[in-house]
Amino acid sequence: MTLQVRLRHRFATGQALDLSLQAPLPGIVGLFGPSGAGKSTLVSALCGAFRPDWSEIRLGDRVLSGPGTWLKPEARRIGTVFQDGRLFPHLSVTGNLRYGAKRAPASASGPGFDEVVALLGLEPLLRRRTRALSGGERQRVAIGRALLSRPALLAMDEPLSALDAPRRAEILPFLARLRAHAGLPILYVTHQRAEAMQLCDTLALVEAGRVVACGPVAAILSGAMADRPDAAALLEGVVSGHEPERGLSRIEADGFALSVAILPLDVGTRLRVSVPAHEVVLLRPEGAALRTSAQNALPMRVRAIRPAGEAEAVVVLEPRPGGNAVLLARVTRDSVARLELAAGVTLVALVKAASVSVLNGREREWTSRPG
Amino acid sequence: MPGPLLDPGQWEAVRLTLRVALMAVGGALPVALLLASLLARPVLPGRPLLDALVHLPMVLPPVVTGWLLLLLFGLHGPAGAVLWRLFRARLVFTGAGAALATGVMVLPLMVRTIRLSLEAIDPGLQAAAAGLGAGRLDRFATVTLPLATPGVLAAAAVGYAASLGEFGAVITFAGSIPGRTQTLPLAIYQALQVPGGEAVAGRLATVSIVLALLGLFLSELLLRRLRRR
Repeated sequence: MTLQVRLRHRFATGQALDLSLQAPLPGIVGLFGPSGAGKSTLVSALCGAFRPDWSEIRLGDRVLSGPGTWLKPEARRIGTVFQDGRLFPHLSVTGNLRYGAKRAPASASGPGFDEVVALLGLEPLLRRRTRALSGGERQRVAIGRALLSRPALLAMDEPLSALDAPRRAEILPFLARLRAHAGLPILYVTHQRAEAMQLCDTLALVEAGRVVACGPVAAILSGAMADRPDAAALLEGVVSGHEPERGLSRIEADGFALSVAILPLDVGTRLRVSVPAHEVVLLRPEGAALRTSAQNALPMRVRAIRPAGEAEAVVVLEPRPGGNAVLLARVTRDSVARLELAAGVTLVALVKAASVSVLNGREREWTSRPG
Repeated sequence: MPGPLLDPGQWEAVRLTLRVALMAVGGALPVALLLASLLARPVLPGRPLLDALVHLPMVLPPVVTGWLLLLLFGLHGPAGAVLWRLFRARLVFTGAGAALATGVMVLPLMVRTIRLSLEAIDPGLQAAAAGLGAGRLDRFATVTLPLATPGVLAAAAVGYAASLGEFGAVITFAGSIPGRTQTLPLAIYQALQVPGGEAVAGRLATVSIVLALLGLFLSELLLRRLRRR
C-alpha cells in the first residue's frame, strides 16, 4: 500500500503550494520542515477540511480526491490528531473516546476500547472532564479517540508542539508503541528533528510549499539533510550483547558494530541510534596502531564528500560498499585536503560511546510486526 | 384564581401574556436556531440580504411590522388567505396572532444571541468530528447543539423577557381585545387612558416587573446548572 499526495494551490496572499509525495505504508511518514512550509495544509487537504485548487490523493487503492472526486471528510476515514487536541468540551474523556468508536465502520478492524485505554495509559483519566486534563493527557485522549474511530490512516499535525519537553518525553513512548503496534499507517507532521528521527520510517522534507526530498528517514538524513549544521546519521540496529565489566553494550546495525554505554535493554531489542556528524573523528592511515579513548574505531570507506557551509564538508562513510547504513562526519575542508579524502578511500572513524544516542528501544511485545 | 390584588379580568391578562410569550418563544426558537446556524456559516450566498430581513423588525417601527403582518396574514393577504382556505384558521385579532406578532418582534434578538454562541464554538471541533466519521447533521446534533445550549437558553430567556413587553406590533395586528389579545402592556396602556386608572396600572406594572425578573432568574439558574454539569 502507498500514500500518494499531489496538490497545487495558490492562496489569496500569492503564496503557492506544489506538494507531491509518495510513501510506502504501513509505517510512519514524517512531514518535516519549518512552520509555514505547507505541512498543515497538506494534512487539511488529506482529511478533507481544505480543498486545494487541484489535488490527487490516494490511500492504497482508495481515491480520496482526484479529477471529479472529492470525498467528504467524514467519508475519508483519516483520524486526525491536532496540535491543540480538539477534545469535545461537553463530553467526558470516555465520551470523547466513544465518539470515535461509535462511528467506526463495522467492517474496519482495529484495537478495541480496552486495548486503546491500555496502550495509551488512559485508565486513570476515563471519568475526568476534558477541562481538567493536562496538555499531555489531552493529546493522549485525542490519539485514543482517533484510534477508536478505526481510521485507514492516522494524521498527526504537530501533536507535541504545544507541550513542554517533559510532557513530550511522556508521550513519545506511546507514539513509538503505536509505530510498532498494528499496521496502522501514520502521517506525522513535525518541525522537531528529534521527533522525526525517533518515529518516522519515511521522511518528506517540506520547504516553501514544495516537497524537496522524500524517502527512507536514514537516507534523507544522510542525503538531503547531511549538510545541515546539526546533521546526524541514523542507524537501525539491534542490541547484540552486553559487557557489564566494561560498562558497555554492543549494537549491530547493518554492517556496523558499535559500542555504547551499557543499556537497560535485553539482547535482541531493536532500536534506533543517531550519531551526530560533528562528533565523528577521521583517522588515516587505517592501519595505524593507536590507543584511543574512543570506544569505536570503525574501518570505513568514503562513499561521498559534500560541501557544507563555507569551510566545511560532510564525509559520507560506509562500512562496506553499497550498504544502506552510513555514518556522517563533518570536518573542515582543510582536513579533507590534509587526509587526502576522496570517494573510495578507506580510513578509520572514531566514535565515542557517549556520542551515540539511543533514540528508542522498542519494547519486545510490540515488535510482532513482520520484517 | 382571583387574588386580592387583581380582578379576574386582570388575571386573565396575566395568563394571556404568559401564554402569548410562551407560544411566541416556542415558535420563534426553532426558526431562530435555523436562521442563526445559516448566518453563522463561513460561506453563505445572500447573507447580507438574509441578515437584513432577520433584523428588519428590530429597526422598523413596531407599528409598521404589525401592519406588514396584517398585509401578509390578513384574511385577504397571501398567507392569511391560504390559512383560511386550508384550515379555516385566522390569525388576525386572535391570541395566536398576538403570539405571531410577538414572535416576529423578538426573533432578531434571539437570532443574535444564538448566532453569537454558535460563532464562539471552535470550528476545529467540527473538523475533528468530521474526521471521526460524523456527517453534517450528526455534527450539528452532537457537537454544535450541545455546545450552543447555553446560548439557546439565553436566547429563550431574552425572547421571553422581550415578549412580555411587546406592544406596537401586537396592537396593530391582533388588536387589544380583553380576554383574547389584551396582554399586560396593552392592559396597562388601557388603564392609563381611564381617569383614575393609575392604581390599576401600577398593580399590573408590578406584576409585569415580577414576571420579567422571574424569567431572568430562572434562565440564570439554568445556565449555572448547565455550566456546572
